[in-house]
Formats: sequence, structure tokens, C-alpha cells
Amino acid sequence: MSYGAWIMLTGSLVGVTCGIVGCFLILRKMAMLADAISHTVLLGIVLAYLVSHSLEGIYMLIGAGIIGLLTAFLVQVLDSSGVQSDAAIGVVFTSLFAFGVILLSAFAGKVHLDVNHALMGEITFIPWNTLTIGGMDLGPSAVWMLGSVLLINLILIFLFYKEIKISSFDPALASAIGIPVMFIHYLLMSMVSITTVASFDSVGAILVVAMLIVPGATAYLLTDKLLVMLVISAAIGVIAAIGGYYAALVWNISISGSMASIAGLIFAMTFILSPKHGLMSKIIAKRSIVAEQS
Amino acid sequence: MWNELLSTLQDANTQWVLFGSILLGIASGVLGSFALLRKQSLIGDAMAHAALPGICLAFLLYGTKSIGWFLVGAALSGLLATYFIQVIINHSRIKEDTAIGLVLSVFFGFGIVLLTKIAQSKNGNQSGLDDFIFGQAASLVGSDVKVISGVAIVLLIITFLLFKELKLFTFDRQFAKGIGLPTGFINALLMTLIVSAVVIGLQAVGVILMAAMLITPAIAARYWTNRLDRMVIVAGTIGALSGILGTILSSMASNLPTGPVIVVAATLIFVISLVFAPNRGLVSKGLRLYRIRKRVARETVLQTMYDLAEEASLSNQSMLFSREQLITRRRMANRMLNKNLRLLNREGLLNQSGGEWGLTETGAKEAYEVTFNNRLFEIYTMYEMRFAYLQLAANDAWEYDEIPSDTLKELMELMATHEHTPQLDPAHFAKGEKYYFANMESKGINKRKREVKSS
Repeated sequence: MSYGAWIMLTGSLVGVTCGIVGCFLILRKMAMLADAISHTVLLGIVLAYLVSHSLEGIYMLIGAGIIGLLTAFLVQVLDSSGVQSDAAIGVVFTSLFAFGVILLSAFAGKVHLDVNHALMGEITFIPWNTLTIGGMDLGPSAVWMLGSVLLINLILIFLFYKEIKISSFDPALASAIGIPVMFIHYLLMSMVSITTVASFDSVGAILVVAMLIVPGATAYLLTDKLLVMLVISAAIGVIAAIGGYYAALVWNISISGSMASIAGLIFAMTFILSPKHGLMSKIIAKRSIVAEQS
Repeated sequence: MWNELLSTLQDANTQWVLFGSILLGIASGVLGSFALLRKQSLIGDAMAHAALPGICLAFLLYGTKSIGWFLVGAALSGLLATYFIQVIINHSRIKEDTAIGLVLSVFFGFGIVLLTKIAQSKNGNQSGLDDFIFGQAASLVGSDVKVISGVAIVLLIITFLLFKELKLFTFDRQFAKGIGLPTGFINALLMTLIVSAVVIGLQAVGVILMAAMLITPAIAARYWTNRLDRMVIVAGTIGALSGILGTILSSMASNLPTGPVIVVAATLIFVISLVFAPNRGLVSKGLRLYRIRKRVARETVLQTMYDLAEEASLSNQSMLFSREQLITRRRMANRMLNKNLRLLNREGLLNQSGGEWGLTETGAKEAYEVTFNNRLFEIYTMYEMRFAYLQLAANDAWEYDEIPSDTLKELMELMATHEHTPQLDPAHFAKGEKYYFANMESKGINKRKREVKSS
């Protein structure tokens, strides 16, 4: 496969993985928690490096997974001890992120981790960092990592689809009929964390948020069915990734940044033109009501 | 160490940085309080991220690094982001958190696109725009600090002059509108003030951590007071304090970036407030909970004794009860029961004979009070809506002697209709007599009920 194809494959995998997980975050009104986790993952990666002295994907996944869960847990603790939830998220992620940056600069000489790289990602290097097993070149390791995370996410969603669905739309009913709501919450949070780390290399910590939230929010304006929403969201993730890649080629700009911008454009268009929940259709509906009345 | 500290402080550059971060801490603490109370803390985060494309555009248009134009660009794109967030919330079914995250990440992504564009242009490397992402407080120079402190002072003066209006707007927007305040204008003004605070902080602490400067001092201050004016002062002080701590610590050790250290210092102050603040802190909350638990356990034992005694005297049985009887009547942990029995025995409210326990004279009086109070409360909860005008702050604060006398009479009548009135009169017991029924008539009713039950 050519260089460009690998990049597009990586981007699309990011789009699909993030798009699917993102839908649940939006429905559960936890979009900002994803933002928080995507920031604190930095601390997880630095700590994983300091402990294991390697930049292997699996250590990063474990470190980031633990810190991601810790973030969700700390927010929950502060929330239940009376801190209002938006402030709880703000305090937790900024302090953990600050701690991560301090560690990073204190061990700057030892960690081969560029902060800018961590934040913005460097998808252009992905195709060179290949996975070789027994002398066989199996393609970029990021693709393997993203693919396996996507597979894990799909399996988890398939297994717990009903539970996640009910507890997203009606948490009170879910706990009343005996669904372990807290378990589902932390399950989703760990899915968000591993998704974030897997996408981290390619799009960076902050643009992961764009890939998590924007496709889901766009799909949310287009449909009322969860399954359809998941499919649309994944599709928009892929479109944003491929569109972003070509836009970046044309103007010679950051690929991850242009992916986020394209996703933003798609959202803006949907926001105005969506047949059911769009601005235009609302205005038209309002007009027709006014016309009927007069 | 102190010499080292003194020599660091004598350094002119450190003085500038210190001065800048103190004023920045005060301004963001004060304005963060308003954002926090309006539950818009994370909008500050969005504004900070959204400032990046504004800064880059200002650089592309103006051509060189100029803090004045950067501030204008950052403020404009921050305000635009806020406006977009509000439009998305108002005109679609997307919720606030999603709207914030969406606008934040897209603006930031666009900012990074512009940043890569700048890096390719000829004068790209001299821009130092990367500093805005993480902040470089140490690289602040005199002119930067003059701009920062000028803006911070203007922000503080505006907040001081319009304090009353901002306060009213923060707590009761509808009322503010009702008495004719221009709420649309005040909203825009408050957003502009917050954006300005964010923008002057960008150089020092950076895009990502600026949110902490708005949120952390304010939420820490919330623990110390319930009044807005005091909260604003406390938040400003905490902001200044973390600015001082962060600057000094990072100037003393090499390789410590100032911005993150300021944020960690603020977080430490927050954690201290969370745990130790009077009234709202976890320690004082825990103590209060412990005291209530202790009182409830003691009252439970007394009331159970009273209940059992009441029943026993109906059927003329022994007035002494074993621990098992107490536990069957009201479930209680064994250890808790033993502890309270011992305590009450020492206080002279209970006496023990042969493994069985009975109320003493004073014990009967106290048990009567407790039972009367609790049963009255049960009646109150049955008719909560009728007595809503009592406006009880919390249910655990129920004391019957604080209830107005007509209401008390009404409650006691209801208590009689529900056969809930305590039947054993402690006054008789005090005279050294045995228990007597306070009300012969209701005893009859009780007896009948029991017969029905058993048949």
C-alpha cells in the first residue's frame, strides 16, 4: 500500500473508533469528560514511560487507561462531595495535565516525547513506524493498535449494547431494573481512554476530542435512532479523515488540524441544513406556522 | 535557601513575572467566581482554546509578534466561540457540554492548521507562537507585563463598579430582566470580561491551563464563604497566592515551567479547602455526620426502650427488656447497641438487672421527650404539604419546641387521630409511681386494635 493510503487508513480508523464511542458520550452528556480524559492521558503516557522506559504501545495503553479511569473516578468523587460537575471536571483535568507537563519537562532529557507531538500528533510519521513480527513487515503499528482497539470497542458495545443504551437514555430506569450503571459508566470511560491513546499518536490529545465529539454531534442532528446514529457518526469520522488528508495535501498544512476543521465544516453544514433538526428547517417550519395562523 | 530566595526576588525579570502573575491571579480569580456561579466554568476552557486561531490570524495579518494585536485577535475569536456555543445550544437539541467540546476542539484544530501555515512562512520561527499553547511565564518582559497588568486593573475596576448588577444577573437573571437591567448587555459584558482575563493569561499559563486559573481559585473560595463579595475577594487572594507560589518555585528550580506549577499550587489550595474548610469542608462535614449518627443511635435506643415499655405496660408485663428484645424491635448493630446501653447506664438513664435493661426516672423523661419529638416528626412527614409553611431547612433539624404553638396543637391532634401519641406519662413515673396511661380512651382504642390483629 502507498504512503498516502496508509495515512488515510489510519485516519479512517481514528474516525470510526472515535465516532462510535463519541455517540455515547454525547447521549450521556459527558462530552467534557472526554475532553478531560484526552488531556490527562498525557500524564498516563509520561508515567508509563517513566515506569517502563519504553514507548511500546501496550504500556502506553495501560498507563493511559489507568489515568483515564482515575480522571473519571476523581471527577465522580468531587461531584459527589458537592463540587458542581463542570468545575469538578475543570479542576481534575487541569491539575493532572499540569502535573504531566511538569513531569515531562523535569525529565525532558530522558523522555523521547515531544509535547507538541503529544498534543497535535504526527500522522505523517505513522507509515514508517511499522510492526514486524518474525521478519515480516505487517504494516504500521498504529494501524494494528487502532484496529485492535476498534475491535475491543465493537465487542464491548455488542455485548453490552442493551445495557449501555438503556443507561444512556434513562439512567433511573436502568438502575431500577438492576443494570450496574456505575459499571457501565466506567466501562465507557475505559473505552474512551484506550480510544484516546490509540488515536493519540496520529491526531494528538486535543484533536482526539474533535474526532470524539464532532461526528457524534453531527449524527445526533440527523437521526433519532441509536444504531443509525452510530453508523452515520462512523461514516462522518471517515469522511472527515479522508477530506482532511486531501485538504492538508492541497494547502500543505497539519493533517490532524485539517481533519478537525473538516469535521467542524461538516457539522456547520448539518447544523444549518439538517432536514429534521437543522436551522433552515426550523425557520421554514416557523414560517409555515405563521402563514397558517394569519 | 532564604538567601537564594531573596536573590531570586531581587532579579528584575522575576519581579516582573511575579507582578504579572499576581495581577493575573487576582483578575482570573474574581471573574472565575462569576463564571463558576453561572455554571459556565468550562466556557473559560473553550475561550482559551478558541483564542489560538485568533492569535494566529492576528500574526498572519499584522506580520510580526505584537502582544496588543494578539490580545485583540484572541479576544475576538474567544467571543466568536462563545457566541457559536450559545447559538448551538439555543437552536438545536445539542446540549451545552457537547457544544462546548465541539466548538473548542474545532477552533483549536483550525488554530493548529494556521500554526502550521505560519511555520512555513519566512518569519515563522521568530513568532514564538508555540508559547501560547503551554505558556512561558518566564519569558514575560516588562512591556508584556505592563499590558497584562493594565488590562487586569481595568477588568477589576469594571467588576467593582458594576458589582451590584453582575451579582443580580448571576443569581437571578429573570429578576434582573424584570427590574429593567439590560441583561443582554450584561451577559455580553461578562463574557468580554472573562475573555479578556483568559487572553492576558495565555502568555503566562498557556491555552490549555488557562481554564484552571478561572476555575480552581473560584471553586476553592466557594468552600470558605456563602457571600459573593467575600467569595470574590477570597478567590482573588487564592489566585494571587498561587501566582506567587508558582513563580517562586519555578524560578528556584530549573526545568520547572511556571504555568503548570501555578496550576498545581492552585490545586493544592483547592484540596486544602475541600478537606479543611469550616462548614463545607470534608472534615467538618464528617464530624457533623459523626455527631448526628451518635445522637441518632442514642435516641434510637431510648425510643426503643420507650416503645417496649409502652407495650409492656398495656399488657402489664415486666418493664425490663433483654438486648434481643431491643434488637428485634429496631434493628441495630450489636456493637452500637452495647456501646449506647453502657453510655446511657453511665448517664443514669438506664439501669441493668440480670442482663435486662429498664428506664430510670430521668431516663423515662428523656425517652418520652425523644419519642414525642420523633413521632411528631413522623406525623409531620405524613402531612408535609400541609405544613410546608414551616420551611424546615433540613429534616434532621426537627425540634418540636421550636414549632409555633398553633401548629404544634394541630400536629398533636393529628397524632391522636393516628393513635401515635406516646401513652406513658413520665410525670407519674417521676413521682415514684408505676407507669400510668396518659389517656385512658386511646388505650381502649389500642386494645381493640390489638384484638383485631391477633384474631
